[in-house]
Order: sequence, then C-alpha cells, then structure tokens
Amino acid sequence: MATPAFPTSFVPGPLWGNGPTPGQVYNFPGAATAPDQWGTQRTLNPSVTTTSVLAVKYKDGVVMAADMLGSYGSLARYRNCPRLQKINDKTILGCSGDYADFQFLSNIINQRVVEEECLNDGFSYTPPGLHSWLTRVMYNRRSQFNPLWNTYLVGGIHQEKPFLGYVDKIGIAYEADTIATGFGAYLALPILRDAVEKNKKMEEKQAVELIDRCMKLLFYRDARSLNKYQVAVVTKKGSEIRGPIVSEANWEIAHMVKGYE
Amino acid sequence: MRRKIVSSPRVLLCRVTFQFSAQYLLVWSFWKRQFRGNMFRNQYDNDVTIWSPQGRIHQLEYAMEAVKQGSAAVGIKSKTHAILIALKRAPSELSAHQKKILPIDDHVAVAIAGLTADARLLCNFMRSECLDSRWAYDQALPISRLVSMVGNKSQIPTQRYGRRPFGVGLLIAGYDSAGPHIYQTCPSANYYDCKAMAIGARSQSARTYLEKYLDTFAECSLEELVKHGLRALRDTLPSEMNLNTKNCSLGIVSVDMKFKIYDDEKVASYLALIEGEERSTAAPDGEEGDAAAPATRTDLQPPVPVSAAADGEEGMES
Repeated sequence: MATPAFPTSFVPGPLWGNGPTPGQVYNFPGAATAPDQWGTQRTLNPSVTTTSVLAVKYKDGVVMAADMLGSYGSLARYRNCPRLQKINDKTILGCSGDYADFQFLSNIINQRVVEEECLNDGFSYTPPGLHSWLTRVMYNRRSQFNPLWNTYLVGGIHQEKPFLGYVDKIGIAYEADTIATGFGAYLALPILRDAVEKNKKMEEKQAVELIDRCMKLLFYRDARSLNKYQVAVVTKKGSEIRGPIVSEANWEIAHMVKGYE
Repeated sequence: MRRKIVSSPRVLLCRVTFQFSAQYLLVWSFWKRQFRGNMFRNQYDNDVTIWSPQGRIHQLEYAMEAVKQGSAAVGIKSKTHAILIALKRAPSELSAHQKKILPIDDHVAVAIAGLTADARLLCNFMRSECLDSRWAYDQALPISRLVSMVGNKSQIPTQRYGRRPFGVGLLIAGYDSAGPHIYQTCPSANYYDCKAMAIGARSQSARTYLEKYLDTFAECSLEELVKHGLRALRDTLPSEMNLNTKNCSLGIVSVDMKFKIYDDEKVASYLALIEGEERSTAAPDGEEGDAAAPATRTDLQPPVPVSAAADGEEGMES
C-alpha cells in the first residue's frame, strides 16, 4: 500500500496573476461607484460643486440670484451652469451644492410639472407645496445615508404673498424673509438682513440692486465664485430668469499687493 | 335453451339512439332552464368582460342596481358651502342605524349608497390618498383629483375577468381652493361633477325636487341649503315615514370650516327648520329598485332576520 506519488485531487494553478478570476465578477479598476462585497456604495463627496444662492422677499415678490460656475474642487471648470429653474408662473427654484444631484432632481421635478400640465385641472405646484415635497425627498435620502448633496431655495407667490423657503441636504427646512446658502450665509446674509430690516417693503429695483451688490461682494471674497450670474424675479404677474449678467470687478487694489505683479 | 334477445341492427340502433337522445334531452332541459326566469336573464351577463350585442355590459348595469337598493343620500352645494344629507337604515330594530356619511379628510366626506363593505374599501383608499397629499405637499388634495383616483381604481375590476365592479355609489362633498364641490361616482367607474345630486332608493323624487330649485342653490344661505336638502330627502320617504334624529345624517363643509358630520341629537335643530311643513310629494310605492330584486322594500317591512333574506342581499346594503 504505497502512498500515491501524485495528489489525489488535482487543482490547477492560476493561469495568470493580477487579473480577473475565471467565473468571478470582475470589478474594473477606476470605477467610482462599483458595488463592493457589502452592497451598494454611497458617494459621500460631491464632485462638481456650485456655490451660494441668495434670495430676498420684497413688496411684490421674491428675487433670487446664483452664479453660473461649476467648480471641480478648486478648479473653475464649467462656467455655464444655470442653477435657477422656473417651475411655473408662481414658483422658482435655486440650488447649490453638487451639480449632478441638482440635475437629477431637476429632471424629476420637470417631469412632474409636465404631468401636472397634462392633468390640466387648474391646480399647479405651489411654492409651499414644492418646499414640503423637497423636504420629504431630502430627508428621506439623508435617512438612507445617501444624501443629495444640495441646498435648495424655493421662492414664489402663494395666496398673494411672497414665499421663500430653504431645504438642506440633511432635511433641515425653514422659511425666512432672506436666505443665502454656502459662503453667502456668512458674507451676504448680514447685508440682506440689514436692508430688509431698514425697509420691509422694498421695490423691485431696490431688491435687485441689493442682490447685485451681494453677488459682487461674493465674487470678490468667495474663492469658488464667478462674476457671471443669473437673477430670477417672481411676482404675481409671473416669473422670469434674467441673465447671464456679468458684473465688472475692480482689481486695481491688486497692484498694491506686495509681490503681486 | 336460452333464446337470444333480438338484436337486429335496426333494434340496436333504436336503443342506442333512445339512450343518447335521453341524455341529450336532460342536458338540453338544463340549458333551456337558463332562459326561464331566475338563473340568468340573458347569455351576456355572466361576466363583466362580456359585451352584449347591443353594446352593453350587463354586469355593470346590475352593479348600478345595487346602488339603487341602498337608502337615499342627497348632496347640494352653494357658492360657499357643500352639504350631504343621508337617510340611515337599520338592519333590524335591535341594531343601530348604519352610518351613511363617512369623513375622509378635513375638507372632504362621502355619503354612500349600496354595498357598505365596498364603500369602506373605497373610503380607506380615499383617506390614504388625502393623507398622502398632506404628508408630501402639506396641502389638501383637490377634490377633482381625488375623484379621478377613485374612478381609476373603480375601473380596474370592470375590465378584468374574475372580478366584479364595486357595488357602491358615492356622493363626494368637499371644499378646496377652487370652491365647494359635489361629485357622484358610480360602479361603472364614471364620475360626475354636480351642482346637486341624489342617489339611492326612491331618489328620483329627490332629484325632481332638486331640479325644481336648482337655480336658487348658488345664492342660498347655509340654513336655506339644509332646508332644501332635508325636503329633498323627505320626498324619498313614503308618506307614513318621516325624518327623525335616528334616521337622518347631515354633513357640512365650507371655506373656513372643517367637515362636520351631525348625527342623532345634533340633527334635531336642523330638522326643526322644516318641521310642520307640508310635504310637496310623497314617493309613490314601488317606484324604484324593484327591477333586480323581488319586491322587498326593506324600509317598510318589519325587520327581517338576515338568514331569512330572500336573496341574501339585505344584510349587505344600506
């Protein structure tokens, strides 16, 4: 009873190394959202981002503004990204944060608006209705640990009065007379609040001037901003998006900076 | 020696033919029976998926008959209010009167006529949809949208083999941003926007009354509107019966008022408004609802125990 000279179970050696195993699912290298062994991954970092959105309520309605830059980190990569959307004659939507997430939700909202137009029954999305719906969507995504990395501003007219609401990527939602997201919250919001405190019933011209001033300030001080922006105005007569407006900036001070040629 | 039984070919043939035709006669007599009276009225009414040569679906029409078996309900609206008034029926002296007006949301309620169980199902569906609107949009669901959802849901069993239409008609009353509304829905999945409507047993008299005063409803005050509704409902009753706090149910909704449903003692003050008035019409006997069922007028007869019901329908409808 000699022991056999060769192994009784013959397992072939690997045919190659550093490559796909025959019969196994192969995850190609470089895929950003490839599912790993624990299930679907969630993207936790935004890629193309947009900066602040500002809005202010005035006597007849709401003025909202957002620049048109999509930044890839610190690179000012895409300089024509519109971030203000007209929903219907009494509602506008502005967004900051991840641009892809905005486009995703924007498509869904447009689809719903079209469906509602097809119903043609005299009822349409109202600003508070959209605000409430957005809050539910954003909070739901946050609860799944897969947030839409955005901050939304919903502005419009509801029952003859201006409406302005904010919804966060973690589902925080509130209404206010003046709102700004991102850097605007630190730089522009104090100016907006001060102006509204001094004059609660601004005219449209004053409100637009105020917004223009804040956008200019943001261009000077926010390192991820652009001087090209859009302004949206909603009144009971309707809503329109104006722009792109290119604001002139004065950089003469640069010559006074030592070392800057 | 045994004699063989005669079995000439002709005899055999006769015997076989006789047996065969006997069986055929049996089958044929059962088949023929279908055309006599009670089993089916015609050969096109077995399923809801069968059209008759005249272009009708008989099962849908039979389902509408079920609505006419239920007790009457009236809905009227003015520029500012929408009201429902319904006649409650008690299956026996021992039991309470069946609820006829069911709340759906703060701004909508329905009055039902027909199979109460089917009504409950639709009612739950409507409540769910209204709640959904409040949760997602923080808004009351517009009545027209709610009604079209009910219509879409009701249509499915009218076009599927093996299912039956909902055997209940609804009068939906509500108030939304477009004002007050009265809608009527049918088992056929049709729905109608109405200025005023009455459904249920002997409701033709109520409709006649409503048509008479139709042009006055828009400008009516709430009190006037309720009086019209009570009079219309009273017209569906035979002369010896009258509206009382036990059998009458009232619901009112308006712009700044959530839907309120009044039962029992709370109706008394409204009933007092038409007390002592002469009745304009009393419903003639046997007017309606006799086509499908034999003449069981469940309102008039002494209470019949459910097990003794002629066709088992009395326990289901109200």
